[in-house]
Amino acid sequence: MSVRFLPAGDLAVLVEFDEEISVEVNTRVRALEFLIQQKGLPGIAETVPTFRSLLVYYDPRAVGYDALCASIAELLPQATTAVLPPSRLVELPCCYDDPELGFDLAAAAHRLGLSTAELVRLHSRAEYLVYFIGFTPGLPYMTGMPERLTIPRLETPRTKTPAGSVGIGGTQCCIYSVESPGGFWILGRTPVRLYDPGAPDPILLRPGDRVRFRAADRGEYDRIAARAEARAYVPVIT
Amino acid sequence: MIEILDPGPQTTVQDLGRFGQLRYGIPPSGPVDGFAFVLANRLVGNPDGAAGLECTLVGPRFEVGASCAVAVAGADMPVTVNGREAPGWTTLVLGPGDVVKLGPARSGVRSYVAFSGGLECPLVMGSRSTYLRGQLGGLEGRALRKGDRLRIAAAAPPPRWRVARRAVPDYTGEPTVRVVLGPQADRFTKEGIGALLESAYAMLPQSDRMGARLSGARITHSRGHDIISDGIALGSIQVPGDGQPIVLLVDRQSTGGYTKIATVCSFDVGRVGQVRPGQSLRFRAVTVHEARRLLCLADAVLEAGLREEIA
Repeated sequence: MSVRFLPAGDLAVLVEFDEEISVEVNTRVRALEFLIQQKGLPGIAETVPTFRSLLVYYDPRAVGYDALCASIAELLPQATTAVLPPSRLVELPCCYDDPELGFDLAAAAHRLGLSTAELVRLHSRAEYLVYFIGFTPGLPYMTGMPERLTIPRLETPRTKTPAGSVGIGGTQCCIYSVESPGGFWILGRTPVRLYDPGAPDPILLRPGDRVRFRAADRGEYDRIAARAEARAYVPVIT
Repeated sequence: MIEILDPGPQTTVQDLGRFGQLRYGIPPSGPVDGFAFVLANRLVGNPDGAAGLECTLVGPRFEVGASCAVAVAGADMPVTVNGREAPGWTTLVLGPGDVVKLGPARSGVRSYVAFSGGLECPLVMGSRSTYLRGQLGGLEGRALRKGDRLRIAAAAPPPRWRVARRAVPDYTGEPTVRVVLGPQADRFTKEGIGALLESAYAMLPQSDRMGARLSGARITHSRGHDIISDGIALGSIQVPGDGQPIVLLVDRQSTGGYTKIATVCSFDVGRVGQVRPGQSLRFRAVTVHEARRLLCLADAVLEAGLREEIA
């Protein structure tokens, strides 16, 4: 794997590992980020991991571009899964069986040639890995969806999808962190807030977390939603 | 305390920004034009990061509840105190009940109002900056409305200063902003890069704190306009399939999947944010090493000779 250093203006450098999306490549990205945090490399302001690259923000008054790239390059051989701390497993309740919340469940099942029960079982049995958080506050980019659920994105994207909506599109599973437009098939909704601007810690998920969905009926969904509203619900994290 | 009598189209509380949260999808926010923001704070004796107001195209009208010093810097909005004209880029000393009004900008887009002591509102993830799309920070995560009240922290009256006339930026004309090519310059044709660097681009009215949308010569891709989503730096020039560039600003999305031909240097991002809809700008490429030298020059301009004491 040949790592490229690409300038992103005068305050950032993009460390690009590869041109593919894979757990292996993303693990190296997150491992490099972890090493940078741990070693406290001078002049680095913050880092943004994505599928296959790490954007490193720095202060050029404190460190020059060449010196920065050299110190990052030195860490690359150690940037493997071995350095990462154990990841968290986050359980998200998800209500699939109410068409008001999982409004595309029946259509997606039909498109995939599955019963809705099989679709829910396949979707909730899988374990997902958060590659990174991005685009909107708290939105996880995840892998781990069963291949059987690969589905083309909606031909006409929705202009509004409610926060908490759990959807599938392409080979991806997605959870909307804020109300936004989108082209995913919405299978259900989690009452847990991935982004709560009024909470002391507004963001739930972190890069590297593992996520599981647990099927909840509408009654449980409503009870958890009320507690989440009062900031009295904490999801199971192990 | 200040009370907002008329908020203007988009007036928000900003400090220097919320850092360290991009990995959670939260942009830094803060002033689009950091140069004018910092000078406004220095004019009232504040630390650079004290919270003030960012006003857009037309300023607010507000009343101050107690004696304080105020300074307005940035876009050229006519300032009045109790109906009488007052200068921008200057320390203004106010008493209880004084009413300050910022009119429509004659040049530039964003003007900053600093208050001695700084505006008080809760720190959210270490910052008072407003992130409108995320409804975070500032006053309830939103733009100010009529009747809003904001507290000002207590501070000793500062000396009165003004910014030397030669140091006040000229926001008219067609500015040239400096860019570093990349990170995906290799995804564009030679003609595409030529278009970016050799033609003028006009600001579109749908520009906001997230991005400056521009219109001009089409920038052509060599290998498609989508990439595997990656991080978006301040000033990134994203080029979607239509070949029209978007300069990403302080409220930008943290990651995205369009190719980025170049990145506007940090010291010129504020200048992009002062280009009015219909006005145009040009880009000039510099190397990373030149950019670092130019950044130090910009720091020196901010530090030296900008202020003269009013006798």
